[in-house]
Amino acid sequence: MTTLETSETTTDGARSRWASGVIPYKTMGYWEPDYVPKASDILCAFRITPQAGVDPEEAAAAVAGESSTATWTVVWTDRLTAHAHYQAKAYRVDPVAGAENQYIALIAYDLDLFEEGSIANLTSSIIGNVFGFKALKALRLEDMRIPPHYVKTFPGPPHGIVMEREYLNKYGRPLLGATTKPKLGLSARNYARVVYEALRGGLDFTKDDENINSQPFMRWRDRFLSCMEAVNKAQAETGEIKGHYLNVTAATMEDMYERAEFAKEIGSIIIMQDLTVGYTAMSSMSKWARRNGMILHLHRAGHGTYTRQKTHGVSFRVIAKWVRLLGVDHVHAGTVVGKLEGDPSMIRGYYDTLRQGFTEQNMQRGIFFDQDWASMPGVMPVASGGIHAGQAHELLHYLGEDVVLQFGGGTIGHPMGIEAGATANRVAVELMIQARNEGRDYLREGPELLRKAARWCEPLRAALDGWGDISFNYESTDTPDVLTTATPAG
Amino acid sequence: MYVTQGTFSYLPVLTDEQIKAQVQYCIDHGWAVSVEYTDDPHPRNFLWDMWGLPMFEMRDPAAILLEVTRCREANPEKYVRVNAYDSTLGRQTTALSFIVERPEHEPGFRLERQESHDRQLRYTLHAYSADRPAGDRYRP
Repeated sequence: MTTLETSETTTDGARSRWASGVIPYKTMGYWEPDYVPKASDILCAFRITPQAGVDPEEAAAAVAGESSTATWTVVWTDRLTAHAHYQAKAYRVDPVAGAENQYIALIAYDLDLFEEGSIANLTSSIIGNVFGFKALKALRLEDMRIPPHYVKTFPGPPHGIVMEREYLNKYGRPLLGATTKPKLGLSARNYARVVYEALRGGLDFTKDDENINSQPFMRWRDRFLSCMEAVNKAQAETGEIKGHYLNVTAATMEDMYERAEFAKEIGSIIIMQDLTVGYTAMSSMSKWARRNGMILHLHRAGHGTYTRQKTHGVSFRVIAKWVRLLGVDHVHAGTVVGKLEGDPSMIRGYYDTLRQGFTEQNMQRGIFFDQDWASMPGVMPVASGGIHAGQAHELLHYLGEDVVLQFGGGTIGHPMGIEAGATANRVAVELMIQARNEGRDYLREGPELLRKAARWCEPLRAALDGWGDISFNYESTDTPDVLTTATPAG
Repeated sequence: MYVTQGTFSYLPVLTDEQIKAQVQYCIDHGWAVSVEYTDDPHPRNFLWDMWGLPMFEMRDPAAILLEVTRCREANPEKYVRVNAYDSTLGRQTTALSFIVERPEHEPGFRLERQESHDRQLRYTLHAYSADRPAGDRYRP
């Protein structure tokens, strides 16, 4: 009889924690209902949908196990470590009201599980193998509490909201942008025409689309050079600082650095990257942007594949936390009133997560934990997709002032031309800021204020005539559990 | 041309009453209002001349408007702006900034292009008014 075999049972005959074979995660130390999380713990809220017959506490313990130290069977080598320290601990499981077989599990992870300043490492654990685990039908990471101990190991935004405003010399109103359309096919020269007209008409920024990289119809270098001509001409004609987000997304990091260096060389103040490049690439560009004084915009291309469904994936508020930590200055975070998915209170939660210094728990907004950002600067949220001048009052109401409002079609599709489209948007937004500051009920009076201004602003009149009634009124798929509000009509 | 710096440059010129309403909003938020002027409107010139110190204690919008008016009168043919400063932790920056006075004629900017290698251009923005010495720039 070997030593291992003698330890199969305990003195009272129960099966030992160290018996070889498969034992429930719950009994391996991954379920600790009495655990009081430490201030330095990383906390996660998972929405779990167990397979039929799987006990929710066991499912929660399994998630804790599979996202930390466990494998499917007992390994004696655990005993060579201070294993209790490294085991994640599920400490609470609650059924989701009104949903069948869904539970919210809270799990605590010790700080020592993760490498400092590495979102790649953090995500390999937290959303690694565990998301394919067979004992669960579905799994969603709803929120995370990142303790200041870990926050401080990340660089955060290269500039942040405050520095960006000081750099641009623009205060007290949302920044305005537009994405160049059509997305694909314009030559460098025609592309720059769109940029120039939009910027001289009153927008602060224009933007490459996420899938504009370096295609046969327009290579990146030609686009960069043409756009800088447009930006500089518009600056001369308005006396304002302008920018065009030059997309440096490319196949390799070497290509991205090359494009970023060139953007810097020719005097661009801002570049962009897509979420599809991955956490490590984004972190590298963040470092580069800080070092080179470049504002860094992030397009969240692809996020909908894992953020949209309520039972499986990762909530966007978690993605928002990760990108604030690794450091970007802008990120797309929803419009409420536009064409893309977004429940108002969920979007409020994303915006709070990006902008605030301390975000309090707020279940209505999907915020499961207090989050202290330990003075890390905020990220400017970007609202893009199906928004127009006629919604200025709603946009200000839902999204506030520290936001980039991107009117793509709402600028370029204007019947009087791109410059007029830009002017209509700028006038509408300044008008709402003025009304809000004067203490008026701008949300209610908004349409009337816009109509009045349309008497002296022809571009605004044309915009309202064309788009005044356009709204995207569909039910959201990702809504808070505590109260469901319909996406408002535009 | 029309320099469109500031929060409300795309709206009709603000009346005194409208300026007062904006100032009231700033006071209600606990922001210190200040008045600045310049004759160098280059967009990267953020250091305009200060018309006294920021009015940290002043809670009366009429008194602030009086300072705005004094500054405008003392600086005809210059740009005058009203700023509000938010000193709360996490902001510590300007919260609102809008132009209330500007020269009658704004000649604008010349865009200089220096041709460089590989089709690159070096751009410089030059205010026509800056050809004259400070204080003498918008003389008719």
